[in-house]
Amino acid sequence: MSCDDAQMLLDAYVDGELDLLRGVEIEKHMEGCQACAGAVENLRALGTAMRSGGLYYQPPASLGPRLEKVLQRAGRSEAPPRRFGWQLIAVAASLLLAVYFVARMIPGIPHDASNSLMAQETLDSHLRSLMPGHLTDVQSTDQHTVKPWFNGKLDYSPPVTDFASQGFPLTGGRLDSLEGRAVAVLVYQRRQHLINVYVWPAPGSADASVGESVRQGYNMIHWTRGGMNWWIVSDVNSGELNSFANLLRAAPASAPPAP
Amino acid sequence: MQLQSKLARFELSVVPHMGAAYNLARWLTRNEHDAEDVVQEAYLRAYRFFEGFHGTDGRTWLLAIVRNTCYTWLQQNRKPTLELEEDIPELDGGRSSPEALLLRSVDSEMLRQALDDLPVEFREAIVLRELEGLSYKEIGEVAGVPLGTVMSRLARARSRLQKALKGRARQGGAA
Repeated sequence: MSCDDAQMLLDAYVDGELDLLRGVEIEKHMEGCQACAGAVENLRALGTAMRSGGLYYQPPASLGPRLEKVLQRAGRSEAPPRRFGWQLIAVAASLLLAVYFVARMIPGIPHDASNSLMAQETLDSHLRSLMPGHLTDVQSTDQHTVKPWFNGKLDYSPPVTDFASQGFPLTGGRLDSLEGRAVAVLVYQRRQHLINVYVWPAPGSADASVGESVRQGYNMIHWTRGGMNWWIVSDVNSGELNSFANLLRAAPASAPPAP
Repeated sequence: MQLQSKLARFELSVVPHMGAAYNLARWLTRNEHDAEDVVQEAYLRAYRFFEGFHGTDGRTWLLAIVRNTCYTWLQQNRKPTLELEEDIPELDGGRSSPEALLLRSVDSEMLRQALDDLPVEFREAIVLRELEGLSYKEIGEVAGVPLGTVMSRLARARSRLQKALKGRARQGGAA
């Protein structure tokens, strides 16, 4: 191999990108060529300096959460929000869950503490859903369209009833997540106001009476009945939300199949 | 469920490479705020085009998007600083004089400055190779150039770096 040919390949040689035969040729050439041997030594020294010099820029701690927010917004336009693989978020979420379960287990802490966490999570989800384009995955006023839409997306079938004649028309549904599990959300309308109805199974839970609360100006009502948890959130006044809750409780557990 | 698996795949194959994405963007834009903006834009693009990603190497795929986003950003925000490769002097004699000791003694600030002064396509090749550890083939995929171009860019980038570092070291020694 000529010195010119060898010089062309020295970088690739140092980078381990030459095949075995070429590599051997270079090594043979360097035995008799001080210049190329020195050049290789220089390249290696440069590589060592670059890799050990603290040149790698680490992203600021704020970048992960920032990307997560943006991606969730992007994901929202095509899919309901779900957790991302960000370690921090995962840690925070599991801490929250741990607190929640501990709060449930310790008898000294009133059940309200866990309900209050639940309320905050539900409210956050409600607020997210109000951002443009985030409200519904399936848009329909027909309960026989909304109910089958959840098939295959959830391991249970939420009761779906339209209350248009009572002034609470069904406008659609979406998937959301609460307490780390996917839940069905039914969206109803009351004049200009939206009502989010969260329904998910509560296996083994006894029926629980109605709990009512106000958070950040939003009314929330929750109860457990027939093995299902219900949470409803809206900015309609408490009286109207209560009559809506009564409608939901009076409705059959599942709507009759489409004719 | 298709959407869920899209997001799940995105989490697995793209999200873990945020550090690599930021490092490349930071080196190409030479500014931390711009780097963050570019990474954000690149992640959005990546998410949008994720259906088109069928490979297994999420890092190379993401870095190619980051790189292209950087170039768009550079075109929009800076006067063109791209130098034609023809303007760059061929391998010089400095390359063959064994000054490895001197190169080993340069501090990282000196190196950083010398790297920042490189034309952007040389800078990207050397950052991907030395800091990210990509193979020539992967660098070619990220930069969208053939293997031979990767090889010559790396060689020229290193030749320039060595020259700049020797110059700086001499200046520093004389001062």
